[in-house]
Formats: sequence, C-alpha cells, structure tokens
Amino acid sequence: MKVLVPVKRVIDFNVKARVKSDQSGVDLANVKMSMNPFCEIAVEEAVRQKEKGAVTEVVAVSIGPIQAQETLRTALAMGADRAILIQTDQDLEPLTVAKLLKAVIAEESPDAVIMGKQAIDGDNNATGQMLAAILDWPQATFASAIELAAGKAKVTREVDGGLQTLEVSLPAIITADLRLNEPRYASLPNIMKAKKKPLDVKEAGSLGVDLKQHLKVLKVTEPAKRAGGIKVETAADLVSNLKTAGVL
Amino acid sequence: MAVLVIADHDNASLKDNTHKTVTAALALSKDVDVLVAGAGAKGVADAAAKIAGVRKVLLAESDELGHGLAEAVEAVVVPLMANYDAVLTPATSQGKNFSPRVAAKLDVAQISEIVEVVDASTFVHPIYAGNALETVQSSDAKKVITVRPTAFKAAAEGGSASVETISSGSGAAKTKFVDQQLVKSERPELAGAKIVVSGGRAMGSAEEFQRVIEPLADKLGAAVGASRAAVDAGYAPNDYQVGQTGKVVAPELYVAIGISGAIQHLAGMKDSKVIVAINKDGDAPIFQVADFGLVADYKSAVPELMDALTAAGK
Ligand SMILES: Cc1cc2nc3c(=O)[nH]c(=O)nc-3n(C[C@H](O)[C@H](O)[C@H](O)COP(=O)(O)OP(=O)(O)OC[C@H]3O[C@@H](n4cnc5c(N)ncnc54)[C@H](O)[C@@H]3O)c2cc1C
Repeated sequence: MKVLVPVKRVIDFNVKARVKSDQSGVDLANVKMSMNPFCEIAVEEAVRQKEKGAVTEVVAVSIGPIQAQETLRTALAMGADRAILIQTDQDLEPLTVAKLLKAVIAEESPDAVIMGKQAIDGDNNATGQMLAAILDWPQATFASAIELAAGKAKVTREVDGGLQTLEVSLPAIITADLRLNEPRYASLPNIMKAKKKPLDVKEAGSLGVDLKQHLKVLKVTEPAKRAGGIKVETAADLVSNLKTAGVL
Repeated sequence: MAVLVIADHDNASLKDNTHKTVTAALALSKDVDVLVAGAGAKGVADAAAKIAGVRKVLLAESDELGHGLAEAVEAVVVPLMANYDAVLTPATSQGKNFSPRVAAKLDVAQISEIVEVVDASTFVHPIYAGNALETVQSSDAKKVITVRPTAFKAAAEGGSASVETISSGSGAAKTKFVDQQLVKSERPELAGAKIVVSGGRAMGSAEEFQRVIEPLADKLGAAVGASRAAVDAGYAPNDYQVGQTGKVVAPELYVAIGISGAIQHLAGMKDSKVIVAINKDGDAPIFQVADFGLVADYKSAVPELMDALTAAGK
C-alpha cells in the first residue's frame, strides 16, 4: 500500500505572528519556519503504518517555495521514502492546493492520502476535504486512530461531542488530528540518510492547474488588544471583583 | 439573493450556533432558508422554523445524514445551491467536515470562520491562531462560508417559517458509520455557555481534574473546558479542548486554572468578556489576557474560591 503525505512549510508554532504595518499581510521575514505540526503528525502516522507493515511506500509532497525542500527533507528524515516539491512562490488557496494534489495523485496513484487537518497559518481546515470532493473519494477527517486493511481504513474521529468511528473504502483521504500520535524527532543518522533520498522538483505551472485566486486579500489587521487586567490577592477579592463586573 | 444556512444540531435539539449563523446570513440577504440534514430531526426543523427572519426550513433525512457523513451532506447541499447565492455553516467540527467539500464541488473558495460580514462579497476572518484578521473579497458567484458563531449574536425566536421535506440525496456509498462514543454531560454546552471553567496540565490526573474543576463549574453553572495538554494526558475528553484547533468560546466569564496561556489556547478564549486566571507562576502568559489574576496554587485557591462563592450566596 502506497501513502501520499502532503506537508506544508509554515511559521513555527512557537512564534507569534505579527501583522505588517502596511496591512499587506503577516511578517514572515526572518521568522522561524517549520513543518506544520499537523503535517508532522501525518508523516509520523504514515511512517508508523509502514513500520507495522501496513504500508510499503510513503511519498511526501509539498507545494510551496524552494525552501519547502527543507520541510520535505524533514519528512524524509522521519522516514518517508521519497519526496516531490511542486514549486511556486505564489500563496495558494486550499482549493488550488487540492487541485495540484489531485494532479500529483493522478501520477502517483496512492491507496491513501494522510494529511494534517489544518495548517496553522491560514487555519482553514479545508484542503483534505476539498481534495476528497474533487477526487470523489471518501474522507475521514480529524483522525485520532487509523487502522489500514486491504481496501479499507477504519478511522476514529474527534467530533463535536466525542468520538466517531467510520470505515472508508480505499483510496481515501484521512486528515490527522492532534491526538493521532506524537511525532518523533529525526535522529542525526536519519537526517544524513534523508539527504540521499530522492526529491523531485516540478513547477506548479506545469501541472495544468489554473492557479487563479478566488479571494482577494484587501487587508490584514491586528485584532483588538485586551485592556490590561489586575492581580487580586485572595479568592474573596476575586469574587467581589466578579460581582462588580456583573458576571456572577 | 437567497442564502442557505445549514443547521447545527444533534438530531434531538437545535443548537444556538444555528441562530448565530442566521444572524450572519441576514447580513447578506433577507431571504434566508435553513437546511436541517439529519435523522429523526423533525423537532429540530420545527425549532429552526421559529427563528426570527427565517423564510423556509428544508428537512432532509437519512441514517447517513443522521451520522453527519460529509459525503451525504454534500450530496444534499450541492444540488440545492442552484437556488442560492451563498451557504453559511457554523464552524463546528461537523461544519468544517462537510463545508469544504461543498465549496470544492462548486469550484469556489471556502471563506473560513468569518467573524464579520463587510458586504455581500467581503468578509473578515481570523488567521494565524487569531493573531491577525484578514479581510477578503470573493470573486466567486456562489459563496461558501463557515461562520465563527461566537462573533455573532443569536437571532431571536418568534418566526413561523414553513417546513418542507426534501430528498435525502444519494448518500455516501464509500463510507460506513461504525460507532460513536459521545460524552454525556448535564452541564451547559461549552460552545454556548455563559461561564466556562477550564483546567490545564497542572491538574496532573483525571481524578484531580474531576475533583477540582467540575465542582467549581457546577457551583457556577458553568461548562467545563480544558487545555490541549490536559486532553492529551487524558484528564478530560477531546471535546473539552479550547483553542486554535479545538473549540472557540466567548463566554461572559472564562476561568483558566493551571493553564499557562499558550498562543493556541488563547486563540480559543481571548474574546471572552471577563477572563480569570489562577496560576502559581506570576509570569505565565495567561495573565496578559486575564482581567483578574490570582497568583496562587490552585490546591488552596480553588477551595477558597468555593468558600468565597458560598459566602456570596452562590
Ligand atoms: C498544532 C498545535 C495545536 C494546538 N492547539 C491547542 C489548542 O487548541 N488548545 C490548547 O489549549 N493548546 C493547544 N496546543 C498546545 C499549546 O501549545 C500548549 O502546549 C498547551 O495549551 C499547554 O497546556 P497547559 O497550559 O495546560 O499546560 P502548561 O503549558 O504545561 O501549563 C501548566 C500551567 O499550570 C501552572 N501550574 C502548575 N501547577 C500549578 C498549581 N499547583 N497551581 C496553579 N498553577 C499551576 C504552571 O505554572 C503552568 O503555567 C496546540 C499546539 C500545537 C502545536
């Protein structure tokens, strides 16, 4: 069984995004960039499935600038077998990313796609579902457990109110939630080995997908700051303050 | 222009998220219909018909819709979109599950988790864990939108729309529902609660979480929330997670106990009206957003708070 794992290079999750003063976007110059945490969980899952013998090949794919090669090398160091970069400097919308992934899938014919549920920059939580729709594949989003078998996958999902288990026929799209696993740190020998694993680069424009923007960004602003609060000394002080504030 | 709102419900009851999404929809158009897709959900449809401003309620029922299967919901909504210019869905886990499928099938962008309607094609939504607000203008003929319910007031009751049963669509041939484990609670629901009491990693165990957080929540008539660390460690169910990738809440009062205040947690609660933090580390980032901070060990502070509430007649 072959699994495709799309990964995205984003601002590191520990960094607080700052809005540019001209309101044109978020300042990413000299900001630490890393693999999106949910993508890391997806890579980890695919590699664990391979270690268990359920998967034979893990292909990582990233769509982004040339620096996304580093993100792919991280995926290779974690245990992916090979990687593909669909190179573009354009900021792409989830629908366009889904269309590019569909083009990759047409060439690679994976049995399943395991990907993060959300990228922590756009926070859209949409690409996996869109990809499933345009392929007419079933989807199992927000996975906290995955069992792969011949021709099907049993997926436990985090839903409003608790957990739901679905069985989807393969090929399918599965998106990873936080509690699916805890990603490993790549070891130094594996980082060295990853440098020799194959990484193909293709131009996003060469895949026959219209890269048009459906949404025009008019401005990006900072949210209103909360007014500073006070420290109280005792629980009784706290209660009297809450009474005054009218929330008790 | 006509707008479709997809109701949030659990087949038994209509959720307040629907009322809030109707408010967002009414900012786009006077002609707002509500779709209830479920199973045994006639009562939900009747409740939706009572929302003021709703023109008509559509009811589609099947087992697959009852389980909220994304493929089944998509199969109902996409053909309906011939009659609508926009579809708005509350940004719950369920809404996020099917709405992007609808957008992709219509070959349009999804505008995710809007917090403001500027005009019929311009919307504001948070990005980067709410550290930036992006204003986008859509060039698509049909708009597919998810709505952050906490950003909109609930539409009032008082409507008397008709309920029309429609076809339940072609289902979800490649997906099978196996089972579900839903958390049962007598407490208010996290999403719409007036008061939320949340516990963090400091609790150290599920027993301690229940011993400390739940009685305080019950005393305040509050819903219970948790940080990711508390959920990951198994102190609280996944459904309790507040944050960038969990639930977004904006209650009148949010009480964070033993929670440090990571960016991802703040993203889910910083729009609360009043924030209280109890943390033994006076430098914890949670104090930067707290209106009232108590630097103390929760082990003594929470019992004292319980006593002070009793003394105040709570
Ligand atoms: C992709 C991604 C998504 C995430 N999404 C979310 C999300 O949606 N929601 C979320 O919450 N987190 C999320 N996180 C995790 C987040 O980064 C933090 O790790 C998490 O919020 C920390 O939880 P915590 O505050 O309970 O634990 P900690 O950060 O460990 O804080 C514990 C706090 O308890 C205090 N404390 C300890 N003992 C006591 C005591 N006896 N009395 C009083 N105070 C005490 C400490 O001073 C400390 O401040 C996400 C992370 C990633 C990478």
